Amino acid sequence: MIVLRTPGGLSLRLRPRAVGVGATCALLTMVLGVVAIGHGDYPMSAADVLRTLTGGGTPAEDFIVTELRLPRLVTAMAVGAALALAGAVFQSLVRNPLGSPDMLGFTQGAATGALVVVVLGGSSTMLAGAALAGGLATGVLVYALTWRRGVHGYRLILVGIGLAAILTGVNGWLLTRAPLMDAARAVLWLTGSLDGRGWSQALPLLVALTVLVPLVLLANGPALRLAEMGDDTASALGVRVPRLRLLVLGAAVLLVSLAAAATGPVSFLALTAPHLARRLTRAPGPNLLPSAALGALLLVAADLIAQRAVPGHQLPVGVVTGVLGGGYLVWLLATERRAGRL
Amino acid sequence: MSRLSGTAMTLAYERRTIARDLTVAVPDRSFTVVIGPNACGKSTLLRALSRLLRPAAGSVLLDGEDIHRRPARAVARTLGLLPQSSVAPEGIGVAELVARGRYPHQGLLRQWSREDERVVAESMAATGVADLADRPVDELSGGQRQRVWLAMALAQQTPLLLLDEPTTYLDIAHQIEILDLCARLHEEQGRTLVAVLHDLNHAARYATHLIAMRDGRVVAAGPPGEVVTAARVEEVFGLPCRVIEDPETGTPLVVPARRRVPTARPGPGAEGAAPDRGATPAGP
Repeated sequence: MIVLRTPGGLSLRLRPRAVGVGATCALLTMVLGVVAIGHGDYPMSAADVLRTLTGGGTPAEDFIVTELRLPRLVTAMAVGAALALAGAVFQSLVRNPLGSPDMLGFTQGAATGALVVVVLGGSSTMLAGAALAGGLATGVLVYALTWRRGVHGYRLILVGIGLAAILTGVNGWLLTRAPLMDAARAVLWLTGSLDGRGWSQALPLLVALTVLVPLVLLANGPALRLAEMGDDTASALGVRVPRLRLLVLGAAVLLVSLAAAATGPVSFLALTAPHLARRLTRAPGPNLLPSAALGALLLVAADLIAQRAVPGHQLPVGVVTGVLGGGYLVWLLATERRAGRL
Repeated sequence: MSRLSGTAMTLAYERRTIARDLTVAVPDRSFTVVIGPNACGKSTLLRALSRLLRPAAGSVLLDGEDIHRRPARAVARTLGLLPQSSVAPEGIGVAELVARGRYPHQGLLRQWSREDERVVAESMAATGVADLADRPVDELSGGQRQRVWLAMALAQQTPLLLLDEPTTYLDIAHQIEILDLCARLHEEQGRTLVAVLHDLNHAARYATHLIAMRDGRVVAAGPPGEVVTAARVEEVFGLPCRVIEDPETGTPLVVPARRRVPTARPGPGAEGAAPDRGATPAGP
């Protein structure tokens, strides 16, 4: 633990390990980002990429980097960070490592919104808007069903799993109602893909991250850590637990919904990133910033794999995160069981 | 004088009303202990006094002001609570857990002052867990763990400290250890303590002020010597007993009456033939 103090009485407390994990993730994301921008039908060297990014590229390079490849990279980073943050918040709120938007129905709700647009027909902007609305509506529904008189994490999980099951059924029905071509497009969306994502997809999420991360999540980080010790203990220390839950749940649902609107539901990232971050930092609590940095890194890496794994063919990034995330979960269950913790 | 009091409180969970028109006052600088049979509302009273439960009617006053109207952090700098159960986050160290008690004194840009550091060290020393500072809480015994939680509540530096059954789940030696510690905090640091205790003899030995409850009402309140009488114990707990002087401390000591020898020996396998203890009158 490092403590920084100013003569004016201000003080900051940092965990070297957590700072290290965050900084390493950020650095690796930059490196992979340069690699990712250089990759494609028009390959560019790292030097070319850096030259273009700093404003010294030819018009053609400029177009390829700033209009095609950079927005995709930025979208990947933003979606990765948003999903990881939301996952960290949910896991902390329900005091359960399985608390993630995939399990609690928010992802399915966003999908329902998007599928309604697919069935009724509509532009991709409408699809993104409907995904956002679907995710938020699920958030309101979960809140209404669980929060009436002080909520228990357990109840949130059960209600979430129930809603997820119902919405999965609804989504299946909507898919069967869609014309074949649209259904195929919808399935691609449901897998989660970064293909062809531009600034218009990245921007809303970037704005939300800029506002929500410092004002809601970081400001409430210490209180969120205390709430993990139980409602009574946290209240006794001066945390207004119901208000805290409403605020951070709202922020997390908004981030998940915006992420789904940008890329479709990218599976398992919200579950694995905070988990992995906690193992790396060895710090109790939600580990918000290290989780966000790791989430961005993982999604950028997954997208790079998705573009290269099968020569001549791009995989949707959701396939990669699903395979890797699921694999990680199985590995984790196996090792935890061997260690006698499960 | 009393900084903490509840007036004409109706205490209820959803549809179940626990207490009506309940009025209590915690004398300043007292070690107040609330006693009573199971489900008499003593823990509910503590929840109300610590503003975890908002009274359906009536009010709790802290320093003359409605406790629910004051900012949560300001209350947390005046009134601390050791709840019945808390969850230690996985892998957290002792010093780190105790440091969390400083939350109401901290801010986003005032995360760890020298004062915080000093108070945490003092709290760990006062509860005898300084040697465990770097150990993970998961690895501690029940008695050690309870002392760590108590250290966290102490680090909050509140003049008033509420304890909900602090000795539950501990063996007799650790129960006495925790109560001795509480008595020392009360005497040496001048804190006002309010504890819910199950053991009547512990209550009589350590309290300076007793509140006896039954069915959501206060049956008696005052110094243990006045409150703990054989008639009162039978009224509150339905337990026939004798009250003698504790040979160690001179405080009242409750000795349950001997079970009356049944007039007819119960036949083999006749369970439940023993007389109803609650209905038998007191002994001598």
